[in-house]
Amino acid sequence: MMTYVLRPETRAGRLLDRLPLIGDMLRRPLGALGIVIVAGFLLIVIFAGVIAPYDYAAQDLDALLEGPSARHLLGTDHLGRDLLSRLIYGSRIALGTAVPAVAMALVGGILLGLIAGYFGGLVDDAIVVLIDAMKAFPAVVLALAVLALLGPSRANAVLVIGLAWIPNYARVTRAQVLTARQQVYVEAERSLGATRWRIALRHILPNVIAALLVLAAMDLPVVITFEAGLSFLGLGVRPPSPSWGVILSEGFNVIRQSPWPITWAGLTLIVITLGFTLFGETLRDVLDPKLSGTRGI
Amino acid sequence: MLTYLVKRSIMTLLVLLVVILFLSLLVEIVPGDPAVALLGPRASPALIEKIRAEMDLDQPALVQAGRFLGRVTRGDLGKDVFTGKSINDLIRNALPHTLILAWTSLALAVVIGIPLGIYSATHPGHWLDRVTTLISISFITIPPYVAGLFLLLLFAVQWKVLPALGAGKLSDPGDYLAHLVLPVVALAITWIGYLARLVRASMLEVLNENYIRAARAAGVSQPRIFYKYALKNALIPTIAILGVGIGSLMGGAVFVEVIFNRPGMGTLIYNAILSRNYPVVRAGVLVVAFLFVATNLVADFVYTWLDPRVQLGKKQG
Repeated sequence: MMTYVLRPETRAGRLLDRLPLIGDMLRRPLGALGIVIVAGFLLIVIFAGVIAPYDYAAQDLDALLEGPSARHLLGTDHLGRDLLSRLIYGSRIALGTAVPAVAMALVGGILLGLIAGYFGGLVDDAIVVLIDAMKAFPAVVLALAVLALLGPSRANAVLVIGLAWIPNYARVTRAQVLTARQQVYVEAERSLGATRWRIALRHILPNVIAALLVLAAMDLPVVITFEAGLSFLGLGVRPPSPSWGVILSEGFNVIRQSPWPITWAGLTLIVITLGFTLFGETLRDVLDPKLSGTRGI
Repeated sequence: MLTYLVKRSIMTLLVLLVVILFLSLLVEIVPGDPAVALLGPRASPALIEKIRAEMDLDQPALVQAGRFLGRVTRGDLGKDVFTGKSINDLIRNALPHTLILAWTSLALAVVIGIPLGIYSATHPGHWLDRVTTLISISFITIPPYVAGLFLLLLFAVQWKVLPALGAGKLSDPGDYLAHLVLPVVALAITWIGYLARLVRASMLEVLNENYIRAARAAGVSQPRIFYKYALKNALIPTIAILGVGIGSLMGGAVFVEVIFNRPGMGTLIYNAILSRNYPVVRAGVLVVAFLFVATNLVADFVYTWLDPRVQLGKKQG
């Protein structure tokens, strides 16, 4: 006799439905590597205060620009600060800048894209020109132009990165809305007398959001390196904050005396972006193979 | 085709117009006075007024934008308020260095990335394909400034085999080339990985098409299928991407130029930002945006010309 087990419609039940996702991702070797790196990174962000051997600003004046040693595992910078501790605390700045910036781009992009795709006509044309105009700059150059006037700070970096990334999300949202509004269920809803906003928010948005979240996950590493790059140029997060870009920039000034600050900060950036990229790509492949190629550059 | 060309060109002009408006109104949108920022808080009011007048800041926003637009259409990018030099001259000196850097990087990426992608696609699942995949993903994730710093550290500081600073003189090609190697490699790395992945993906897609299967069934030899039939179509999306590539390479060039102290557009804009010389920043950014838009336009035309399947004038959905 066959038994049917109905999974109850509870929050836990729905969570169980989600679990195979992680299983699917772990089964791919590169995906597993991505998950391990991202999980490790998140643990470091959360427990930075516990793991870091020193405070990020604490100076050891007997050890300026030293190489790795038992006392300072990765060596010290030009002020005798422990590089390992600075890199660990820097993870908080990386995530704390990238997440609000991507969130801002996501919200702004969704709004613009929904309006353009749903209302069409002149509104759409105007928004498309605006998006194209914003995409007419390499993101770095747009950020430089705005930061030149705003002045460097972490809040301004978030603002500028968020702005620079809005067109990507607006473009994807618009494209998805254009596809979604052709669907039969939207047609049906419209014939039942639903308002445009109800259709846009309750029916189209949920269908668009999966693609956008994958895009956001894949943008996180790009934004992290972007912030570090701006900070490297002295236009993002400012010293003494231990942003990875600041560590690189301070290391650049002493490149002839010590290779260590640049080496460690550079490797950290490479490993973290690699981890996030593998994570994002695997997530995309597992969620929906059709989505490959939605990523802008 | 012709209507598409006209439509696309009008769109491009509109985009450039918005860019110019944006750049000239940015000063108004953002708090603070560029003249005060430029001269510092202790400058005399008379001097500040003089500079404000020179930058048109004493005019209403729309007049500013109109004057800037008028000058730009006449090909005049304005004057450096510090030195009184013409910005056109500054850009004429800087632009060649950046263009050489960006185009050489793109060429290097094409020469290495595309064969890597082809190899991967023709040997799917082979361990070398896996290694290539891992390498190309890693390359994509290396930011150009980290690549630049690492190359500088190894080849110029530790081993001292290549020069670290400047661009050399164009009159001495050997010297110029030696100065070019590290920046070009630093900038190309991302795109080597990117092209390898793109070519692999589009080639695998094409190899699944019916016409390839038909060719196989008809007994056409493997190399002939790969290189004569599949590669041609697989390269079309790559060409479309290369137009975007030049733009993103010019963005990366800012970092690479600053690291290697090359006197290009990136360094020009960067130094102008540090000295808060907004007219130079504005002009430099405008030139970069113009080049970006122009290459995209050309790439679009080439793309539609190469691939008749692209439906002209249809909104991208």
